[in-house]
Amino acid sequence: MKLYCLSGHPTLPCNVLKFKSTTIMLDCGLDMTSTLNFLPLPLVQSPRLSSLPGWSLKDGNAFLDKELKECSGHVFVDSVPEFCLPETELIDLSTVDVILISNYHCMMALPYITEHTGFTGTVYATEPTVQIGRLLMEELVNFIERVPKAQSASLWKNKDIQRLLPSPLKDAVEVSTWRRCYTMQEVNSALSKIQLVGYSQKIELFGAVQVTPLSSGYALGSSNWIIQSHYEKVSYVSGSSLLTTHPQPMDQASLKNSDVLILTGLTQIPTANPDGMVGEFCSNLALTVRNGGNVLVPCYPSGVIYDLLECLYQYIDSAGLSSIPFYFISPVANSSLEFSQIFAEWLCHNKQTKVYLPEPPFPHAELIQTNKLKHYPSIHGDFSNDFRQPCVVFTGHPSLRFGDVVHFMELWGKSSLNTVIFTEPDFSYLEALAPYQPLAMKCIYCPIDTRLNFIQVSKLLKEVQPLHVVCPEQYTQPPPAQSHRMDLMVDCQPPAMSYRRAEVLALPFKRRYEKIEIMPELADSLVPMEIKPGISLATVSAVLRTKDNKHVLQPPPRPTQPTGGKKRKRASDDIPDCKVLKPLLSGSIPVDQFVQTLEKHGFSDIKVEDTAKGHIVLLQEAETLIQIEEDSTHIICDDDEVLRVRLRDLVLKFLQKF
Amino acid sequence: MPEIRVTPLGAGQDVGRSCILVSIAGKNVMLDCGMHMGFSDDRRFPDFSYITRSGRLTDFLDCVIISHFHLDHCGALPYFSEMVGYDGPIYMTQPTQAICPILLEDYRKIAVDKKGEANFFTSQMIKDCMKKVVAVHLHQTVQVDDELEIKAYYAGHVLGAAMFQIKVGSESVVYTGDYNMTPDRHLGAAWIDKCRPNLLITESTYATTIRDSKRCRERDFLKKVHETVERGGKVLIPVFALGRAQELCILLETFWERMDLKAPIYFSTGLTEKANHYYKLFIPWTNQKIRKTFVQRNMFEFKHIKAFDRAFADSPGPMVVFATPGMLHAGQSLQIFRKWAGNEKNMVIMPGYCVQGTVGHKILSGQRKLEMEGRQVLEVKMQVEYMSFSAHADAKGIMQLVGQAEPENVLLVHGEAKKMEFLKQKIEQEFRVSCYMPANGETVTLPTSPSIPVGISLGLLKREMAQGLLPDAKKPRLLHGTLIMKDSNFRLVSSEQALKELGLAEHQLRFTCRVHLHDTRKEQEMAMRVYSHLKSVLKDHCVQHLPDGSVTVESILVQAAAHSEDPGTKVLLVSWTYQDEELGSYLTSLLKKGLPQAS
Repeated sequence: MKLYCLSGHPTLPCNVLKFKSTTIMLDCGLDMTSTLNFLPLPLVQSPRLSSLPGWSLKDGNAFLDKELKECSGHVFVDSVPEFCLPETELIDLSTVDVILISNYHCMMALPYITEHTGFTGTVYATEPTVQIGRLLMEELVNFIERVPKAQSASLWKNKDIQRLLPSPLKDAVEVSTWRRCYTMQEVNSALSKIQLVGYSQKIELFGAVQVTPLSSGYALGSSNWIIQSHYEKVSYVSGSSLLTTHPQPMDQASLKNSDVLILTGLTQIPTANPDGMVGEFCSNLALTVRNGGNVLVPCYPSGVIYDLLECLYQYIDSAGLSSIPFYFISPVANSSLEFSQIFAEWLCHNKQTKVYLPEPPFPHAELIQTNKLKHYPSIHGDFSNDFRQPCVVFTGHPSLRFGDVVHFMELWGKSSLNTVIFTEPDFSYLEALAPYQPLAMKCIYCPIDTRLNFIQVSKLLKEVQPLHVVCPEQYTQPPPAQSHRMDLMVDCQPPAMSYRRAEVLALPFKRRYEKIEIMPELADSLVPMEIKPGISLATVSAVLRTKDNKHVLQPPPRPTQPTGGKKRKRASDDIPDCKVLKPLLSGSIPVDQFVQTLEKHGFSDIKVEDTAKGHIVLLQEAETLIQIEEDSTHIICDDDEVLRVRLRDLVLKFLQKF
Repeated sequence: MPEIRVTPLGAGQDVGRSCILVSIAGKNVMLDCGMHMGFSDDRRFPDFSYITRSGRLTDFLDCVIISHFHLDHCGALPYFSEMVGYDGPIYMTQPTQAICPILLEDYRKIAVDKKGEANFFTSQMIKDCMKKVVAVHLHQTVQVDDELEIKAYYAGHVLGAAMFQIKVGSESVVYTGDYNMTPDRHLGAAWIDKCRPNLLITESTYATTIRDSKRCRERDFLKKVHETVERGGKVLIPVFALGRAQELCILLETFWERMDLKAPIYFSTGLTEKANHYYKLFIPWTNQKIRKTFVQRNMFEFKHIKAFDRAFADSPGPMVVFATPGMLHAGQSLQIFRKWAGNEKNMVIMPGYCVQGTVGHKILSGQRKLEMEGRQVLEVKMQVEYMSFSAHADAKGIMQLVGQAEPENVLLVHGEAKKMEFLKQKIEQEFRVSCYMPANGETVTLPTSPSIPVGISLGLLKREMAQGLLPDAKKPRLLHGTLIMKDSNFRLVSSEQALKELGLAEHQLRFTCRVHLHDTRKEQEMAMRVYSHLKSVLKDHCVQHLPDGSVTVESILVQAAAHSEDPGTKVLLVSWTYQDEELGSYLTSLLKKGLPQAS
């Protein structure tokens, strides 16, 4: 059993597990932090961005000034943003049988894998994962495609040139494999390969392996996966949460008794408490608005935004914000808000019970109805007519490199009355802001990451007790910025095995047993014999049939009757098949009883001699000699088959067959 | 002998009061708990005393499964759980869980408030009953206990309707509830995988019908409604609040929009809006088209269909009214029917099946003079139309489902005996499986022979599989091993491993046979001749001549020796172990025949 690690990003994993005869890809995360190296894509022509100076080498050589621009001491690539794909060379991806998706953030690389590697398998994901994943991809494609950029920079990627660049460009990994965004056509084709699954559904893969998604508590439809055969169990834990937010709670019990637990997708901000962050978010938002400023919240179109809107729903009246407009701008804003209301079975208990009334599970329905929250596909169109300030705008993309957020950064960045509040934890806010410097607007960092922290992890591991834990190397040491915090790492016994990008791990367990079915007719013919108290044995001679990786034992065929008399038998037909196995024997033969038995069966003239190791029983008349020792019996006789078989059967009476 | 036992307490050669007891591998499951719309006495509920006369139902039943929210499938549930007394789990899908208590409350109101029945279940009992419900999601495997598991499949029919697989070890039963094999305007088609159950229990409402295409029926329906409205008549469509009603509303809504019609459409009962709201929230349970477009336009937000007020029934002019219940056996639909029945301009369209004893059934079977309460006779002059919009599988659909699931046996419920008979023959002919159709209270027993799962040591299995790849693999080969049974843990290992695990030594049994041959040649020469003889006869075996003069065939040893007394006789000593007995014994007899003369 092997694990091929294709992504180095601990929260955007992509691993391939070879288990029995199957090849299973676990998640398909796309590392988008690469886009931070690029200049933002403005929706409206930005004089500031277009007049940034080109970057030149220390020696004044300016041959890169078309591709690289400098802003407040940072260098950015002026090109269509590109993403860092999972490794595609470590393993032949056309051999992947299935891809298991754990949540909608971890499937963003799917079109690259399913459309360009010869992949012919099936992808499994829950319905909310697919629907919201589609929205995220649609938004991404829309953001990039609606700002066509003539330039596609590639010179800087040359290894010899990259070495000369300033950090972080110099240290960026695998830049030659970075790719531009996929198209909607590729997205649709990739999504058509997905088969929908429900929590606790048992999915058979080729009869060899069973996979089951379990609720992971992190997002709508987010799952952990159990990959098991009859005797081995691997748990894949990815993006789980024990906090009570909108999704169904995490199923921990089903993770018990795993041989291996693969642990990914822990919180990216282990020191921040999500509840405290939400409080800070609300108070900063209120403060800014009261002072007449605008609030910008860069965010994904689904996920934490539902919780934020719910908090605001309870908060705005008491904070006296009921007249402030809230805008949610995304090409998929409407779809996201609508979809959130129809996935009742994937929600926490409180929200589920609302559906029975029947009421929409999320209160943002009411915010929309009362016109407090308005949503628009983009800043163009209706929005420009309705736009009132001061206001609060939720919009993407959280990297600040594309999407409507770029426009608001340019629009509001110069005034210190305004505030941008970062809630998504995926991007470093300082790096995100770099191409907008110098900036007058206030920046508040309230990352809300509900995924497991290290305290919860150690509790979880104590609870489910896996034999081995496998995790990204980042989790086996404290974060570089807090190297003294020994509590900020996975602590378990035996120590976790760690992996890094492009590594292959041999997972530490040996398969010993496989399930086989004994046909009822065969089972009836077995004769169990109690060997020790509580332990019975039965010797089995049966025909093995294997089909679709399922093994069945059938009764042995009856000896075939000779077919007709006419056909002359070939000599070889008589030769017995030496592969017909006879059982092994065990036990010992008590000489006295054996002699008595011989006498009972009509042998007379028996003489017994003692030897060093046992006895010799002589049947003088038959010129036969039987050597009996503790662990062996030797019958030496003339070629009298009848006699030999009689003696054999008498000996066998004292022995057990195996 | 293990067996599966099935006893319908209701729906056995009948439609209504669905309630089927299944015993499988020692587990007892009750499928549905319905009421009968044709009766208002004791017979309306299943006879639960059949399950146990003295004990508690909870001790006897492992679980109860409700397939969908129609009252003939869940109407007796509060009576069963709260009045007879059952505290075990009740499984149903989430939409069923949401809608079922509303219909039960409706039913209770009609029975108690309108008909004045005493000793009926109360609102509180419905609430208490629903607390025992556990929601199941589609395709989720629910572990009822360590051995019993159930799994729901999409059934179409109505929102949240499901088919259930009940499984213990390798034995399983599938119960379809009511299902529909063709997608309609709001729901998708039923689907099941090739799960090969021991038994498929299927409904057979339309056992003999093969319905024409749905499109024709829809066009027909719209034409009739349109004509009636055009001539100023009123159209009454008795429906159940949820299900068919939504499908027909979508149909009329789009037609009205297209034709720009002005005649009002009403939906009776206050339930409407609420009902439609359920559909909006349970969009994932509807058909693909609605799921795809719901963001742009939610099909369950109707523009032309308004809430009905009792007073509207007497207003002049054309109108279309959807009123509950669907079989004209009580409530608002019956009230409106009585008002409109006398006018031949009006029309009543029955879009679904009507149970015997209901007004709906009577007018559909041609009766035009109805005796109402108080000896009053109602003459029916309005046109009566029947249009099968019931979302049940027709004969073709039932055959299709049997084909999908590939069961070993089929059992028919929820249909009329005569029609079942026909379908039974058809299934037996086409699929060559046994088909049963027990009446209520009659038990069908199916012996089963489950295979026994054990763990085989991978070493043994791999050794055997590798052998299986050899060229002569066509011959059936015997796998030999030892089954170790410790408590409930069964493991099949190689004999060597079994001996080792149990700390036992092997006892070697060896035979040596003396074969006397008249031959004056020297022993070495004898051995040489034995070697060439065996080599020529045993082509498939490994025959070797060792330096010490002995000959081996596989592991059998042959040595030539001089006879102690007779120099003209040589003795061949053939020696083999018990495990090689066949070959050893064969060699002895072969050599006994003598060696061929040297050429």
